[in-house]
Amino acid sequence: MTQRAGTCPDCGAKIIFKWSSSVQTVCEYCKSVLVRTDVDLTKVGQVADLPPDISPIQLNTEGSFRNKPFVVIGRILYEYEKGGWNEWHFVTNDGTSGWLSDAQEEFAVSFPVNGPKLPAESQLQVGQTFSWNGETYTLSVITRAHFRGVEGELPFQYWDKSEVNFADLRSSSRKFATLDYSDENPALYLGELVEFEDLKLKNLRQFEGWS
Amino acid sequence: MSSGLPPIQGAPKPQVKALNCPKCGAAIMLRALGQAISVVCASCHSILDAKDPNLAILQTFDKITSSDPPLIPLGTRGKIRGTDYEVIGFERRNIQVEGIRYFWHEYVLFNPYKGFRYLTEYQGHWNDIAICKELPIIDTRFSTPPEANYLGEMYKHFQSADANTDYVLGEFPWEVRVGEHASVTDYIHPPRVLSSERMSNEVTWSIGEYIYGKDLWSAFALPGSPPEAQGVYENEPSPFSTNIQAVWMAFAVFALGLLILMIGFEASAKKESVFHQSYLLSRGEPKGESSFVTNTFNLDGRTSSVEVTTSAGVQNDWIYVNYALINQDTGQAWDFGREVSFYSGYDSDGSWSEGKQTDSVVVPSVQPGNYYLRIEPEVDRSHAPVVYSVDVRRDVPVSAFYGIGFLALLIPAILVTWRSVSFERSRWSESDHPPSPIFNTGDN
Repeated sequence: MTQRAGTCPDCGAKIIFKWSSSVQTVCEYCKSVLVRTDVDLTKVGQVADLPPDISPIQLNTEGSFRNKPFVVIGRILYEYEKGGWNEWHFVTNDGTSGWLSDAQEEFAVSFPVNGPKLPAESQLQVGQTFSWNGETYTLSVITRAHFRGVEGELPFQYWDKSEVNFADLRSSSRKFATLDYSDENPALYLGELVEFEDLKLKNLRQFEGWS
Repeated sequence: MSSGLPPIQGAPKPQVKALNCPKCGAAIMLRALGQAISVVCASCHSILDAKDPNLAILQTFDKITSSDPPLIPLGTRGKIRGTDYEVIGFERRNIQVEGIRYFWHEYVLFNPYKGFRYLTEYQGHWNDIAICKELPIIDTRFSTPPEANYLGEMYKHFQSADANTDYVLGEFPWEVRVGEHASVTDYIHPPRVLSSERMSNEVTWSIGEYIYGKDLWSAFALPGSPPEAQGVYENEPSPFSTNIQAVWMAFAVFALGLLILMIGFEASAKKESVFHQSYLLSRGEPKGESSFVTNTFNLDGRTSSVEVTTSAGVQNDWIYVNYALINQDTGQAWDFGREVSFYSGYDSDGSWSEGKQTDSVVVPSVQPGNYYLRIEPEVDRSHAPVVYSVDVRRDVPVSAFYGIGFLALLIPAILVTWRSVSFERSRWSESDHPPSPIFNTGDN
């Protein structure tokens, strides 16, 4: 796989895509949000500095999920009334794109799932159960989140959101599901809650006084 | 690393951030920067919005518990399950049961890689608590009170109560408020406790494990010793329950061994009759010194027991016989006295009887050799003529020993069971499902 490269139309910095299917990236120097077109990169927006947080994950953090190595290449940061969380966008060594979410260091890995007919936002109720891929999920919480910022490469354009709704569903195993109502059509992500140790993460952020 | 990668954040940022309270200006340390949602100013007791760079004041509360400081001070680090954690928050909560308030304390622990963990303390009982990753399944169909299935293990409902927070200190990963209510339900499977906390429309499940104060004190290198645990706590592991099965297993094994031993000895015992003789004591006998010796008899085989049986046809009378079993070759003697008495009659309750007309005694471990008995009978001065006989049998089993052995095994087993049962009773007496009294004192 040859790396695709380009130049930031705003500041001229060199932009290298680590994943051939990335649709959007953020120039790490001028924080311009860049979207790939057939020929070049177009600036579509600008992100403000992200608030300081202490997620131990960062761009280029490497890890392994179900024995597949992955590298973190992007991030969406959300906030809601009770805090914030990160959706870290990663690609595995076979080119699959997935998400590692870090909500107050409760880690979960999920992948988009196409196919199932999904409930409309207005129909959702806490306690409802759904069955996808043979697993039963119970809706545990509906979160009205506030899009806070992006970083790195994403598989879609995502930079001008404001309020978005998510529904979190849990199961009696570690499997969980998220319904994402960011777009007109809801999106389903299925995944599982994971232990920090099991991800065998490398290239983590360093915190003074902690190892 | 290729040149196109974004730069790794240069120098590591200090994790602790120093800020000032917008109300009183006191210094505030944010230890879990970016993860803490609320932080409490220790000097003016304002609850501040830790997400807000200006630390907006969310609530102020009256300091009511300076006399109840955290036993593990904020900022203390210790190792739990192999991971270092720092104590960053402390709250006191209470529940009210039948007009009485019960207080407990919760500590928020933080590690920037592993996240949050909690410790709770109630009257010297500690629990190490983490948020559940799997959802428990509540089963109300088959059992009342309901049970919770968590990771395939059944947890029994212990208590449901309304918890109220009345004191907070430090940082919290949620928007903490003094006065906030949560309905808390505990299910237990000692040493674990499964808890659900419902606040508005959100239910949080957590799983806790009982931890001894002394272990925490060494994990956090705290001076002194932890407060002594009072009473039995809901998920305190019973010091007996693990033993109870083992004790009864051991009992069963030993009792079986004893039985086999008994059967073996019973089967191998020869029970050989070596001497039999009857004697008549006429009226007025014996006169003065009345002892006599028997013919010698041979006790052969291995060293084993000798049974001496005295039978006498006494009716409302007694006979007392002094014996000496004497080895003719060595002179070794066993002295013993036996009484045979039998009384019977008739009164308002019907007929009665007391005593027996025979008596047996076993002399253990008698070496083989030639023996004789010296016999000295004693009777009442005014007795009727009495015939008594003496039987000697070699190598008889001693069943009384097995009874003693059996009891020696049974007593500890019963004791352990009793202690375990009373431990469980004191545990459940604090629950929503107290056990009914063992002895019914009321008559209705």
